[in-house]
Parts: sequence; structure tokens; C-alpha cells
Amino acid sequence: MNFLFNLGLIVVLAVFLFAWAMLPWQAVLVLAIAFALWMVLTRRGRQAASVTMVGVSTIRQRLGSSSVVIIGIAGVVGVLVALLAMGDGYAETLRKTGSEDTAIVMRGGSASEVMSVMDHDSVVVVPQAPGIARDGQGKPIASPEIVVAANLPVKNGGPDDEGSVQLRGVGDEAWAVRPNLKIIAGRKFTPGMRELIVGQGAQRQFAGLEPGHEVTLGDQVWTVVGVFASNDALDSEIWGDADTVASTYRRGSSRASVTVKLTNPQAYDGFKAALAADPRLKVDTDTTLDYFSKQSEGMSKVMRIMGITVGLIMAIGAVFGALNTMFAAVASRAREIATLRAIGFRGVPVVVAIMLETMLLALLGGLLGGLVAWMIFNGYTASTMAAGSVGQLSFAFKVSPELLWQGLKWALAIGFVGGLFPAIRAARLPVTTALREL
Amino acid sequence: MKYFHLIWAALFRRKTRTILTIISIVAAFLLFGMLDAVRTSFDQAGQSANGARRLQTGSKLSFIQTLPQGLGGQIEHVPGVKSVAYANWFGGAYQDPHNQIFSFAVSDNYLDQYPEVEVSDEARKTFASTQTGVIVGQVLADKYHWKVGDQIPLQSTIFPQHDGSKNWKFDIVGVMHAKDKSAGWYDQVILMHWKYFDEGTPYNGGTVGWYVVSVNDANQADKVAKAIDAISANSDHETRTQTEAAASASWMKQLADIGLIVGSIMGAVFFTLLLLTGNTMMQAVRERTSELAVLKTIGFSNHAVLAMVLAESLLLVLIGGVIGIGLASFLIPGVSAGSGGLLNLPTVGAGSWLLGIALMVAIGLVVGFLPAWRAMRLNIVDALAGR
Repeated sequence: MNFLFNLGLIVVLAVFLFAWAMLPWQAVLVLAIAFALWMVLTRRGRQAASVTMVGVSTIRQRLGSSSVVIIGIAGVVGVLVALLAMGDGYAETLRKTGSEDTAIVMRGGSASEVMSVMDHDSVVVVPQAPGIARDGQGKPIASPEIVVAANLPVKNGGPDDEGSVQLRGVGDEAWAVRPNLKIIAGRKFTPGMRELIVGQGAQRQFAGLEPGHEVTLGDQVWTVVGVFASNDALDSEIWGDADTVASTYRRGSSRASVTVKLTNPQAYDGFKAALAADPRLKVDTDTTLDYFSKQSEGMSKVMRIMGITVGLIMAIGAVFGALNTMFAAVASRAREIATLRAIGFRGVPVVVAIMLETMLLALLGGLLGGLVAWMIFNGYTASTMAAGSVGQLSFAFKVSPELLWQGLKWALAIGFVGGLFPAIRAARLPVTTALREL
Repeated sequence: MKYFHLIWAALFRRKTRTILTIISIVAAFLLFGMLDAVRTSFDQAGQSANGARRLQTGSKLSFIQTLPQGLGGQIEHVPGVKSVAYANWFGGAYQDPHNQIFSFAVSDNYLDQYPEVEVSDEARKTFASTQTGVIVGQVLADKYHWKVGDQIPLQSTIFPQHDGSKNWKFDIVGVMHAKDKSAGWYDQVILMHWKYFDEGTPYNGGTVGWYVVSVNDANQADKVAKAIDAISANSDHETRTQTEAAASASWMKQLADIGLIVGSIMGAVFFTLLLLTGNTMMQAVRERTSELAVLKTIGFSNHAVLAMVLAESLLLVLIGGVIGIGLASFLIPGVSAGSGGLLNLPTVGAGSWLLGIALMVAIGLVVGFLPAWRAMRLNIVDALAGR
């Protein structure tokens, strides 16, 4: 009988947790208000409130074991938020890259720019397609670019520690198709010279990328003349003059891609169709927004799976920790609870009081964990070899309000599970037995 | 040992509490087992005696830049070099351009450089005589249900054929399998003939992606590497030569700060765990004050009581920990399968087990110390009187 009761309880719990995971915050708010009203307006509710007050007032004597619950849950929430912030930061960096009114054209079947080789003829033909915006002189705004990898020494690494960075060779139009890119130090490179400008992300990762410094690519010496910022994936690149990069890397007149500015986002379909219908071309066209989002899919998914798996395992550990503490708390207050029931408080207020107490501790833990994760990790920069590029992508962890809310939801769910069983036990223990307990 | 049943009885005096605590510990060590398996697989890549005997020579400019084929002959004449093989990146993808597979076009003697990769003699013979032949890794073959004799289409995301089509056809002639973990990723690689690849595409022009050089003596590896790089110094194709172990270590470092992230998670987990277990042990000892006093009364020495309480907490952590790491080795294949091939996690190795056990002992001692100390200092008269 007892076993069946517990089994039923677990089923109800599973259903509840599933619903809880699905709930938007508005619904949670409604629930909280309804609950508060119940506590204020009904007799049962007022009883529950007074029992809760009694329980909360004794927390001070149980500070040690109560703080175990708080810190345990804070640990879970902190780790979960940090891991999810990593995945979000990575995806966000790539999602912010590109726009709907620019399109990127690569050789057909190329998974990414680095793998694409477009010969000179194709590069000349692409800008003649319809739908491309024109500049002041009536020239189409199209930027043929070359993308290669360069080896550079890593910051704080050993003498032989080299990392790979994506080097993009561009012409004058590159600035027109990316209006969000700003030079924040130094100047633009001079065409035809071995000069580089570096993204602020690349500058953080590699040694010696300050304006005025010289870097060696293969057997040539290039001078860094400026730093640019665009707050997206391009921040991890370094740029130079397209023809000079092409001659260094023996690419002749071929280019990797052509990025064009469209007259408006609606012009994209016409532009794509025109290129597809052109018998001289074998190219794939994408809006830059889609291109970069596609690149991030696999990696973001991996990071998400990792975060949830680690979080789940930790949450299980924390649930049992909370259960333990609450069982002990209920056991030590068995007489007190039995006395309450003997003088007429029913089961519901007792259950609600213990649940509330645990949820309160969980809420504190969740807030603490979220706060710590936010303080340590918000804006923390990490880097990884990005999918579809040959350089490292540096990205910042992003602890967003949504993530913190998700962390709090987890905390409350842990508190709910950890409080339910001890509460039920306290309410079902025969009064006479409990009163005799010492 | 003769007190074991006494410790056991003390441990399970309150079944619910002990079991709940053990589950918390299981969760923590399950996590530890998984994360440590990932960490060691990153650390171990290429770190073997074979990895130290092999050098990789690539372009100094960047890893996507190719080198002239004639360089191989010059490298062979460097003193200390045993043999030279070469390979190119093919950039293959199966069924969808985004589903990329590690695929290399390799010289005929490439597999000889890798004694730790197992390929049957028959497969090698067929490979040598089949122009379009490929040898595929065990994991790939299982994943896509390929078998020897199948013809598979691969798209190259980089190299179209002369007619402009990107679809290449290959015949599977054999399956390779890595004998030790350091070369484990060969289970997920496709090897094809360099000659077939080079003649099939107008884009390669007889160049080589990188050379794999075996040296006679691992201790001479650095000297040989310098000599190889000296050949092409100041040319337009300068090279950079590293041992395979160093190359994969720096490659892994670029992938992410795995160690740091894993380390911080572990720190948070163990801190939480210490608190939970410590709390339980304190409660358990507090409850049993009078029992411990009885033990002392009938003649157990102070140290025996200390040892018993310590043993109890050690036992608690060890039970949970061993179950946890055991579960990890059991669950990891499931996680790998569940991620649809995105994550290929290694199994829990002996190193992780040892580290795990050491951690369990350390945590058990730290957690048990305070309660055990209190039990040792217990004053019999006070404890029996309940003061």
C-alpha cells in the first residue's frame, strides 16, 4: 500500500516536472499570484502561512544543514548556466554575423569559404547579376574576397606554440558590404602593400598584433597597421589586401567568395535565381545571415547537449542532497510538527509549509548560483576552432536573463522534488508515534 | 578488518539517509568519469611512442597550403630519416556537404608509417591494385553500414574533377582499426590513393599537403625536424616540422580550453559533494554519541574509534564513487549514440579510474576527519549522561 502510494507520487511528480519545464514565465507568475491569494484569503492558506513562519523562524538553528541545500543547488545552477552561456555565446556570435541584405556567393558544393575556389571569370560575372545595390558612381557593390589560413604565435604560449587564424584578402568594396565594421585603432591598410588590419578577437588571442608591429607569414614580413571591431565572427579574422594575399598564397586571380550588397532583402530570390540560371557559373548563393547560422549549428548543438547532460547529472545529485537535508530537518522537528497536528492543523498546511521552506532555500541557491555564474562568466571570452573556418573563433560567454530564469526554474524544480517526500512523510506520520519521538 | 561488520552496521544504521548520500556521490563521480574520459582522450591524442617517432612536415604559411612533391626526395636524404610518406586533405563529405568526413589522399607507403593501425594483408593487397580503392575506419563502416566491396559516392567540398563535378566514386577494399587509443581517430578516417586524387582534379597539380616522416631514433626527432626545415628555408615553400605528438597537442589546444572548463566544473561538483557528505557524516556521528561512548567504555581505544569513523566515511565515498565511475563507463556509449555522431566520447580508462579512486580516498578522509576527531575526543562520562 505504502509502496503503491509512493509510486503514484513519483508518477505525479514526473508529470509535474514535465509541465514545469514547458511553462513560460507569465504562467509561473500567475501560479505564484494564485498561491499567494490562497494563502491570504482562505483559512487553510492562512494556517499554512503561519506554519511556514514557524518553520522559517527555526532555520537559524539549522543553519548548517540549510546552507548545504542552498550551496548544493547554487552549484548546479552555476554550472548549468555557465555551460549554456558558452553555447549561447558561440551561437550568438555567429548569428550576429551577416545580414539579410547581403549575399555570399561561393563555388557550388563548398561547405565553407575556405574550401571554395572561384576563378577570375566567375568573379567578374557575379556582380552583373540583378538586385545588387549600386554605389555613388553606379558601380555594383560586390566584394570578391580570398580566405586562407595563417599561422601565428599564440599569446602566453611556448615559443613553438602556433595557432591558426583566418586571413581574409579584401578590396575596397569590403567596407561597403559590411557597414558595421569600424576601425578602432590605427588605419586601414594601403592596397598593394604587405599591411594587415586585425580584428579585436584575433588581437586578444595571438601575440604581437599591435599596430606598428611586424608579423611573419611564411617567409614574408607584414606590418600590422590597424585594429577593427565588428562584434561578430569577423572579429577573429585578420585582413589584408586581396591581391597581395593571393600572391603570397599563390592563388593567382582566383577568389574564395563574392559578397554583394542587395538593394533590399526581397531582391535576394531574384539574385539567386539569376546566378543559378547563368550557364557560365556553378555557384551556391546564400544570404550571409544564413551562411553563418548554418556554420554554427553542429557546434552549438554539441555544447547544448553537454550542458544539459552535465546539469542533469548534477541536479540528480543535488535532489538527493536536498532530500537528505529535509528528511533530517523533518525528523528533528517531528515533535513540533506532531504537536501542530495534535492541536488541529491539518495535513495540507503542514505539507505546504515544508515544501515552501525547501523551495525558499532552493530559490536562494538558484539566485546565488546564477549570480556567481553571471559575475564570473558574463563576457568571459573563450575560443575554439570554429566549424567551417580555418581559424579560431573567439566568442564571449553570454549570461542572458533567459538563461538565469532557466537556472531558477531548475533550482525550484530541485527544491520541489527535495521537499515533497519529506513533507508527505511528516504529514502521514501517526501523531502518537511522532509525539513519543525524541 | 575484523571490525568491518561493525563499520558496515554503523553505515547502514539509517538506511534512507545513507542511500540518499550514496546517490549524490554516484552522481558526482558519474560526472567525473565522463569528463575525465573526455580530458584524457584530448591529452592522449598522438601521445605514444609511435607518435614521438613520426614527424609531420607542413607548410609554415598555413595548414591549408600545399608543398611541392619533389621535397619528399630531399627529406629522404636527411640523416636519421627512415622513410617518408605524404598525404593530402580531400575534404570529403557523404550525402550532404555539411556532413564532412576526414578523408585523406595518401601515398602508397602511408600505412607503413602507422603500425598501430590494423589493416588485413588481403585488404592492403587489394588496395595496392585498385585505383579507386579506399580503406575506411571501423567506426565509419559501422555507422553507415558499409562493407568491403561497396561502391560509395563522396563529394569533395574542395576538389572538383576535370569535368567540374564534385562527386567522386570509390570502392571500399578494406576496413582499418586502431590498435591503441592514441591513434583512435583512424577509426573515423577514409584513405584513398594520392595518385587517383591528383590525376582526377585540376586543382592539385602534383602538390602534397603534408609529409609524414618516420625517424630511426625518437631522441633525434628534434634534430631531424630542424634539418628538414632547413632544406626549404628562404624558399617560397618554407616548412614547419613537429613531432606528431606536439602537432596534435597544439591542435587540441586550439579546439577549446577543455581543461579549464572541465576543471571548473569538477571543482564546483566536488565542492558541493564535500558539503553534502560532510553534513551527513556529522549528523551520523552526532546521533551516535552515546553508542560511541559505550564502545569506549567496553575498551575500544580512542584511536580505534577514530579509525572506525574514518573508515565509515571512506567506505561511504568509495561505494558511491565506484558505482558512479562504473555507471559512467556504462553510459558513455549511450551518450555518444544519442548525439547522432556529433560526440564520440572515449571509454573510461585505467588512468581515470586511478585518479577517481585517489579522489575518493581524499574526499573520504577530508569529510570524515572532523566527526572522527570529535568521536576520538569524546568524554565517556559526559557522552553517556547526554551532556
